[in-house]
Amino acid sequence: MTDTSAAPPDSTADADAALKDGSRIAVIGGGPAGSMFTYFLLDMAERVDMRLDVDIYEPRPFTKPGPAGCNMCGGIVSESLVQNLAVDGVWLSSDVVQRGIDSYVLHTDVGSVRIATPNDEMRIGAVHRGGGPRDVTEAKWESFDHHLLSNATERGAKVISTRVEEVGRANGHPTVRVKGGEPVSYDLVVVATGVNTSILKTFEGLGIGYQRPKLTKTLIREYYLGEDVIAQTVGTSMHVFLLNIPRLEFAAVIPKGDYVTMCLLGDDIDKELGDAFASAPEVRAIMPEGWDAGAASCQCLPHINIHGVEKPYADRFVFIGDSGVTRLYKDGIGAAYRTAKAAARTALFEGVSERAFRENFMPVCQSIHGDNRIGEYAFVLTRIAQRLRIMRRAIIAITRDEQANGRRPRLSGVLWDIFSGSAPYSDIFRRMFDPMLAVRGIAAMPGVLVSTIRSTELAPGPFRHSDPGTPEVKA
Amino acid sequence: MSEAALGRFYEDGEVIVRQGEVGDCMYVVQDGVVEIVREADGHEIQVGSAGRNEVVGEMAIFDRHPRSATIKAKGRARVLTLDKRNFLRRINEDPALAFRMVETLSRRIRLLNDQVVALQAQLDQRDG
Ligand SMILES: Cc1cc2nc3c(=O)[nH]c(=O)nc-3n(C[C@H](O)[C@H](O)[C@H](O)COP(=O)(O)OP(=O)(O)OC[C@H]3O[C@@H](n4cnc5c(N)ncnc54)[C@H](O)[C@@H]3O)c2cc1C
Repeated sequence: MTDTSAAPPDSTADADAALKDGSRIAVIGGGPAGSMFTYFLLDMAERVDMRLDVDIYEPRPFTKPGPAGCNMCGGIVSESLVQNLAVDGVWLSSDVVQRGIDSYVLHTDVGSVRIATPNDEMRIGAVHRGGGPRDVTEAKWESFDHHLLSNATERGAKVISTRVEEVGRANGHPTVRVKGGEPVSYDLVVVATGVNTSILKTFEGLGIGYQRPKLTKTLIREYYLGEDVIAQTVGTSMHVFLLNIPRLEFAAVIPKGDYVTMCLLGDDIDKELGDAFASAPEVRAIMPEGWDAGAASCQCLPHINIHGVEKPYADRFVFIGDSGVTRLYKDGIGAAYRTAKAAARTALFEGVSERAFRENFMPVCQSIHGDNRIGEYAFVLTRIAQRLRIMRRAIIAITRDEQANGRRPRLSGVLWDIFSGSAPYSDIFRRMFDPMLAVRGIAAMPGVLVSTIRSTELAPGPFRHSDPGTPEVKA
Repeated sequence: MSEAALGRFYEDGEVIVRQGEVGDCMYVVQDGVVEIVREADGHEIQVGSAGRNEVVGEMAIFDRHPRSATIKAKGRARVLTLDKRNFLRRINEDPALAFRMVETLSRRIRLLNDQVVALQAQLDQRDG
């Protein structure tokens, strides 16, 4: 680090801190946040006839199968992100989207229920972030991260395929150094390294007020089933599990092209917890007969950001995606899109000073932050449901009734939004306390108390989860 | 066209939205082509078409009038539906989301201007 003396806030005169023709920008990390930032920055710069030089530092070869090319994740491109990218003109072709997802299936020990999208449309995408699991020999699909990075380079960005070792400051400008290289000065450094990297520590030493996000460990496994077998078994649904397995909070099984991805959240996640989940009867029930839970093609234990950074910006620095603020447990790529675009808009139209980021970028981070606090309460309720059998029964009974009898999807809508991350938690939370929902809960109770529900029986039928006619009910 | 991808398939001639209906969605063509036709006095006039990555039916999101034209698949097409609610919420946070919509609308106006000029020329020829 060249200059560690803490600069007084807003030391950069605003006029100097505006980007102009020939300004140089370093983007550290070419995952979704870094690539989308670059794409939108260069797209908007072109609209105002400005020429910018963007270097993306990204060591991962995203086309390679196995861990080297993969930013470990469940690979769900959420309903809202699919829509936003479509409006923005970022086309996700069927080479990238391995499977369109049209429904969620909630599995519990007391039964399962399917919640479908309107018109049976595929509104959610399942992708591989890299070239796929280790044993992929012939690439049939394009890596999602490679696709986004290509969009950025098509706009004129340069990729430097090396890891950044050190970030510093000299003469009021940030510098970036790669192994064996000299520090290079930039007008703006955009940090998009995610959280599975040691470099975040370096930023704490810079005196810019950055403190790393809080993290927790997760587990991901990939199983090869083959395209046809997946079509007949797991299908085009994302399967979510509320099971009373010690230490397990939440689990999902997501169908891709030839593979299914298993994602686990919980306390002290480890391989044993993965094995316990994989051998649960509810999981075996959706997998093909004779499936070997021990035969995973890939396994990893990545970190996830559970409490974002308080100050994800400084003079000529901005932290986007997971290295800054993201959504709790859901739609991390969608949050990366939001923070990336807010940072790009700010840098181009408002400048790169601390003040510009505080006033124009931070509100988006705060909105995500604030919503996460509400999300924590929503997750407390799912935790209770996980422990209370009667509550699980009620959830299954009410949702089935809504789906089968074409009732207004009060609970189905809440569940859909919790699983898919397609609405703010505040919105979901308010609808959880819809009085009509309580009425349905009470009405369902006698049945819940006496009956057992067969876990194989799935309620069919499409439903409208965002029924515009649903009256807004305040909690 | 892959069966696994985003959106929904519409067969040749299948109607995506119908003129006169009230709508709260717009559409982005994922694959194939859709045509925009106006129905008047029992016959149809094609007023435009849209291909991959193009937005159609966006007017219903901004003005609250019934659909001004029918949109239907020309050949097999895959189309993604976008909700008004999600779009307006997002545009509130990110006005840049409107850039492409404005671009689309300007292109349409340009096209309309050309058509007006061409029609005027035809009329002049006939009268003159
Ligand atoms: C188990 C699990 C399941 C998830 N499932 C989903 C899901 O289904 N849908 C969803 O939307 N989100 C999901 N997420 C969250 C999602 O993975 C992240 O939100 C998303 O990847 C964040 O993108 P990013 O660009 O900020 O970071 P990343 O994707 O982590 O990318 C960071 C990039 O920076 C590069 N980098 C790091 N250090 C350096 C350095 N020193 N120099 C140069 N480059 C560097 C890395 O190589 C990497 O390419 C999941 C997360 C976990 C852990």
